[in-house]
Amino acid sequence: MAPSTLSAAFLIARKDLAIEFRTRTAFFSAAVFALLGIVIFYFAWDPTAVASIDLAPGVLWAIFTFSGLLGLQRSFGIEQADRAIDALLGAPITRESIYLGKAMANLVFVAAVQVIAIPAVQLFYGVPLLENAALLALIALLAAIGLVAVGTLFSAMAVNTKLAEMLLPVLSLLFFVPVVIPAAQATARLIAGRPGSEIVGWLKLLVAFDIVFVAACTLAFPFTIEE
Amino acid sequence: MITAQGLSRRFGGRTAVHDVTFSLAAGDVLAIFGPNGAGKTTLLRMLAGLLKPSEGTGSVAGVALPGGAELRAAIGYISHASMLYGALSARENIELAAKLFGVRDPRGISTRALERMELHDRADTPVRLLSRGMQQRVSIARATVHDPLVVLLDEPFTGLDDSGSAALGAHLAMLRATGTTLVLVTHSIAEGLALATHAAIMRDGALVRLEKGEAIDPATYLTVYREHVTHGA
Amino acid sequence: MTSPSSAGPASGAAKSAGGIDWLFLVAVLAIAAALARVIYYTPFEAVQGPAQKIFYLHLPAALDAFMAFGVVAISGIAYLWLGDLRLDRAAESSAEVGVVFTTVVLVTGPLWARPVWGTWWTWDARLTLTLFLWFIYVGYLVLRGAIDDRALRARYSAILGILGSLLIPFIHLSVYLFRTLHPRPIVIKPSAPSLPPEMLTTLVISFVAFTLFYLALVRQRYRLATERDLLELEEGR
Repeated sequence: MAPSTLSAAFLIARKDLAIEFRTRTAFFSAAVFALLGIVIFYFAWDPTAVASIDLAPGVLWAIFTFSGLLGLQRSFGIEQADRAIDALLGAPITRESIYLGKAMANLVFVAAVQVIAIPAVQLFYGVPLLENAALLALIALLAAIGLVAVGTLFSAMAVNTKLAEMLLPVLSLLFFVPVVIPAAQATARLIAGRPGSEIVGWLKLLVAFDIVFVAACTLAFPFTIEE
Repeated sequence: MITAQGLSRRFGGRTAVHDVTFSLAAGDVLAIFGPNGAGKTTLLRMLAGLLKPSEGTGSVAGVALPGGAELRAAIGYISHASMLYGALSARENIELAAKLFGVRDPRGISTRALERMELHDRADTPVRLLSRGMQQRVSIARATVHDPLVVLLDEPFTGLDDSGSAALGAHLAMLRATGTTLVLVTHSIAEGLALATHAAIMRDGALVRLEKGEAIDPATYLTVYREHVTHGA
Repeated sequence: MTSPSSAGPASGAAKSAGGIDWLFLVAVLAIAAALARVIYYTPFEAVQGPAQKIFYLHLPAALDAFMAFGVVAISGIAYLWLGDLRLDRAAESSAEVGVVFTTVVLVTGPLWARPVWGTWWTWDARLTLTLFLWFIYVGYLVLRGAIDDRALRARYSAILGILGSLLIPFIHLSVYLFRTLHPRPIVIKPSAPSLPPEMLTTLVISFVAFTLFYLALVRQRYRLATERDLLELEEGR
C-alpha cells in the first residue's frame, strides 16, 4: 500500500532535513549570511538620522528573504545531482506530495534561520522584538509559508533552466513583495507597541497570500516536472 | 507483461520516438541497442510512466500508459545516474524507497536487500563515499525493493569496470530467473545479448529491427547492428 | 515567406503572408487619427494645461497592457489544459507587446508627473503597481529565454503567466495599504474621470486605436513565433 500524500510528504521532508543535518552547509552559510547582513545593514544607515526601531523590521525581512533564497536554491539541487528526482517520480506517490515535502523541509530551514536572525536583530539594534514573541512568531510563520510556497515551486523550475542560479532570485523576489511589505509593516507596529488592531489588516493579507499561493503552487507543481 | 502499440513521443516539434510496437511476456528480457539520440531513453521513460506518449497505446503490468501510481508501483527504474542521495547511507536510501513504495517492514526488507547485494558491511557509509560499482548495487537494491514485475534499465553498465559489469550482469540474470521482465537500453552489444531473450535496434526514434532469442546470432549481431545504424545516415 | 516584425509597418505588412497587413495599416491610421484629434481638436485641461494630453496615451496604453497580461494568463491556463503550442505563441506575443505598452505607461507617467506633480517619480500605489507589472512580465520574458526545450518553455511560461496574474492583486493591495497607512507629502492626485464629453470622446477613440494597434502587433508577433517554431522544427529534423 503506497503512502498517502501527506505521509509521503513527511518522508520526503524528513529525508531533506536529514541530508541538511548531515552536511549543514546550506544552513551554516544562510545563518552566517543573515548575521553578516544584519551587521552590514547597520553601518549602511546613519543612526542619528534613522532610529533603529524604524530600521530593524526592514532589515529583518530583507535578510530573511535573501537568506531563505540560499536554502531554496539547494532544495531541488540535491534532487538533480544524481537524478534522485527520477526515483521520487517513479515512486507510487502523488506529485503533490513531492512539492509539499520539499516545501515543508524548506519551511523548517527558513524558520531555523529566523530563530538565529531575530535575536541577532534584537541584540544589535536594541529593539524589543522578543517582548511579543508569540505575535512575532505568528507573523514570521505566516510570512515564511508564503515565501516557501512560491520559492519551492520556482526552485523546481529554475534547476531545469539555463540560468538556474540567477533565475530563482529574479522570479522569487518579485513574488516576495506582497509578503515582505505586510511582514515588515506588522513587525514595525509590533515593536512600536501599536495596538493589535493595526496589525490585523497586515496579517489578513499574509493569510490570504498563503492560501492563494499554497493552493496555486501545489496545483502548478505537477506541470513543472516532466509529464 | 509489456505491450507497445505505435508509441510515439514528440518534444515540441521534434519526434524522439516514432511508432514503436512490441510485446513482452513475463520473464522476457528485451535489449534495445542504438546510438545516442536514437530515442531509447525517451521510450524507457514512457514505459516507466515518467513521460506521456504523444500517440499510440501501451500497457505495463496490465496498466495502460501513461499509468499513475498503480503503474509506477509495478516498475523498478535503474539508470546510469545513481538516483541516490549522496549524503545518505545505503541503508537510508533503500529504506526511503521501501517506505515510498509502501513496502511492509521497510527496515527488514532493506537489511535483506543489503545482504543480497553484499553491501551489509558498508550499509551505514554515505553513498557518495562508495565506489561506482557499489553505488550501482545500492541503486539496484533501491529500484527492486518492492519486487517489481518489470525492471527498466537505462545504460546501467556505463561507468562500471569489468568486475562491476560482471556483478551487474549476474544480478540481472538473477532477476530474470525470478520471472521479472526486463527492458535494457544500452549500446554495449555483448553485455546486452548475454541477458536478452529479445533484441531490438533503434535508430531515429524507430525500432528498425526486432527479433527473438533463437534468431539472434551473437557472432554476427555487431555487423548487423552497424549495418542498421549507419544505413542511410 | 518571412514577416520581419521589427521592420517598419509598411514593409513588414507588405511581405507578410497575406500581402498587405490590413489590420496593421488600419491600426496605424487609427493611431494617427487619434493623435491628430488629441493635438488639434481636444481642448486644454484648465489646470494641467498641455501636459494633460499625455493622458490620452497613458490611460489607453495602461488598459491595453492589463488586457495583454490577462491574455497571457488565460492562454497559460488553456495551454496547461490543452497543450496546444498555438496558445503558448499567443501568450508569448501578448506578453511581449504588453511589456512594450507597460513601458509606454512608465515613460508617459513621469513625463506627465514632472510638470503636474512636480516630481518624476513618486511611490503612488498605481505607479508602483505598474512598475511591478513591468518587472513580472520582463521576468516572464527572461524565463522564456532561459529554456531551450520548446514544450518545457511553454509549460513554465504558462505557470509564471498564471501566478503573475494572481500576484497583481496582492501587490496592489499591499502597496495600497502601505500608502494609506503611511501618509506622505501631499501631491495633486489625478481627479476621478469626470471628463467633459469632448475629452471623453478623444479618450475612447484613442483607446480603440491603441487596442487595434495591440491586436495588430500581437498578430505580427504571433506570425513570427509560428515561423520560428517551424524553422526550429526543420532544424531539429
